[in-house]
Amino acid sequence: MAAAGEFAIEEDDASWTLEASGDWLMRSVGPLSAALDDMAVRHKPLTIDLGNLAALDTGGAWLLHRTIKRLQAEGVDVVLRNVRRDHNFLIDRVAENDHPCQVEAERSPALIELLARVGDWAVHTVHGMRNALGFMGLVAATIGRLILNPSRFRFTSFVNFMEKTGLDALPIVGMISFLIGMVIAYMGAVLLRPYGGEVFFADLLGVTMLRELAVLLSAIIVAGRSGSAFTAQIGSMKLHEEIDAMRTFGLDPIEILVVPRLLALLVTLPILAFFGDLMGLMGGGLMAWIVLDTPPDLFLTRLRDAIDLSTFLVGVSRAPFFAVIIALCGCYEGLQVKGSAESVGYHTTKSVVESIFLVIVTTALFSVFYLTIDV
Amino acid sequence: MTGAVSNIIEVEGLTVGFGSVNILENLDLQVREGEILGVVGGSGTGKSVLLRSITGLIRPRAGRIRVFGETLDELDSEERSAIEQRWGVLFQDGALFSSLTVAQNVQVPLREHLKLPQKLMDEIAAYKIAMAGLPADAGPKYPSELSGGMRKRAGLARALALDPEILFLDEPTAGLDPIGAAAFDDLIGELQQTLKLTVFLVTHDLDTLHAVCNRIAVLAERRVLVVGTMDDMLKVDHPWVREYFHGPRSRAAGILVDREG
Repeated sequence: MAAAGEFAIEEDDASWTLEASGDWLMRSVGPLSAALDDMAVRHKPLTIDLGNLAALDTGGAWLLHRTIKRLQAEGVDVVLRNVRRDHNFLIDRVAENDHPCQVEAERSPALIELLARVGDWAVHTVHGMRNALGFMGLVAATIGRLILNPSRFRFTSFVNFMEKTGLDALPIVGMISFLIGMVIAYMGAVLLRPYGGEVFFADLLGVTMLRELAVLLSAIIVAGRSGSAFTAQIGSMKLHEEIDAMRTFGLDPIEILVVPRLLALLVTLPILAFFGDLMGLMGGGLMAWIVLDTPPDLFLTRLRDAIDLSTFLVGVSRAPFFAVIIALCGCYEGLQVKGSAESVGYHTTKSVVESIFLVIVTTALFSVFYLTIDV
Repeated sequence: MTGAVSNIIEVEGLTVGFGSVNILENLDLQVREGEILGVVGGSGTGKSVLLRSITGLIRPRAGRIRVFGETLDELDSEERSAIEQRWGVLFQDGALFSSLTVAQNVQVPLREHLKLPQKLMDEIAAYKIAMAGLPADAGPKYPSELSGGMRKRAGLARALALDPEILFLDEPTAGLDPIGAAAFDDLIGELQQTLKLTVFLVTHDLDTLHAVCNRIAVLAERRVLVVGTMDDMLKVDHPWVREYFHGPRSRAAGILVDREG
């Protein structure tokens, strides 16, 4: 390989010379630029000799150009000597393209930025709420139209989403409910043992699982797996202009994309919650049998006294509300995607966070409501 | 030193396939140093696959690819990276990193491979952006704020960031309006002259072929059917080549008029 780029300076009374040699290439620009910047400037005419230059690319040419520019700004006369034609051409091209530009996107001072962000956030929240309300209305109106004209309903896609959001979620929902059931049974028994009420763990397990936990866990899992998938699917369709394409055919994206997903979740989430109930009770019962020496028949007897149909209904009645929250958040955020792949990620996160937050708020409201009406 | 090698890229017996189909079979191709080689062929004939094989993005089933006289498969990762710094690739839609501004995109290879002070990198990004024919105010913009033509120019600026010796272009003028496409052709020709580039250009655009290419390689039947100048192409008696270079679009591009008229 040829030598790395370097330069030497010779000086006499009237003038000075900078002799460049070696390869002045992009890959050796780093050390060269530091050396050139550190060079002491003599205030007399300078000759730059490029006779020994082995190779030059735009990196080296730029260094020469910026050095000449800097020296000229300080009042030094600069002439080039022994310049090969192609090198001269390259230096001229680089000089022609000397248009400084901003590298980072425009930013305001921190305080203004902060105020702007707060304002932006407030406006966005209000707009977002109005848009979300509008979206809900639109979906409701679309469902209404479909009821009047059921032949337009996309049955295939509805079944497909039932499989993806329901059937495929069974293992994970079952597994998690089973494990949580085990934990509740065990903790309950341990805590109640000092009071001699060990066997009442069955009441604790039955009531918490059926009333609150199974449906909540299912909703959170579905928000994480299906809500995010809704946003990402619809979002990338939006990016590829598929949704615009649909509109040009007179197809309604709400009818085709949103309604089947919403109705599928409305069917599958209560089923998942029911399945979670069963698996939770099984997990607790198994734990009791193996670790706490409570035989299954005793567990079942206790359970039958502790819970009845209303316990189950109190829990599962929330599932349709959760389904609506998750489906609407997922689809709404998907339709908000624009611009780049980054936007898909942003809105997916947003949809999952929003739907889980709303699910938990709704759970709290329901719990208070059922307590007040004494169920 | 590789200066003695007049063929900067040599492909021998290249076979590339997916699943049970071979896209390219026993393909030979030489690219000479300092030329602009246009690669044409119908849709699905493997033009982009060839480009991706040479740049190492697809592993071939058989065959040897030598770039700068080195066989890429035989190199360790450090030597490979050194070779990769000597070429630049412009993908079809620019393939800019969407979370970075245009100027930051251009700085990615600089930052990755060279240790430069930030100020110098900013300056380099600025003149590269200007050389690619973008206005200075494009620097701080994100790719999503740019038009298709500007994204291609930004991608070109990034491909040229390290002053490569070979430039790979994948359909650079696809999706541009004729004026934009002609301007892009001029830009490629001009940069090739300025930077002494070897250009490997995959295209569909007869105007581009006519305007900037020194030689043309036609891909068909899973191999390189013919290689030669535009004049050679017009004499080839293969149905697809005849159709392509003697068709109405070819007439419109002025290829036939220049030679036959």
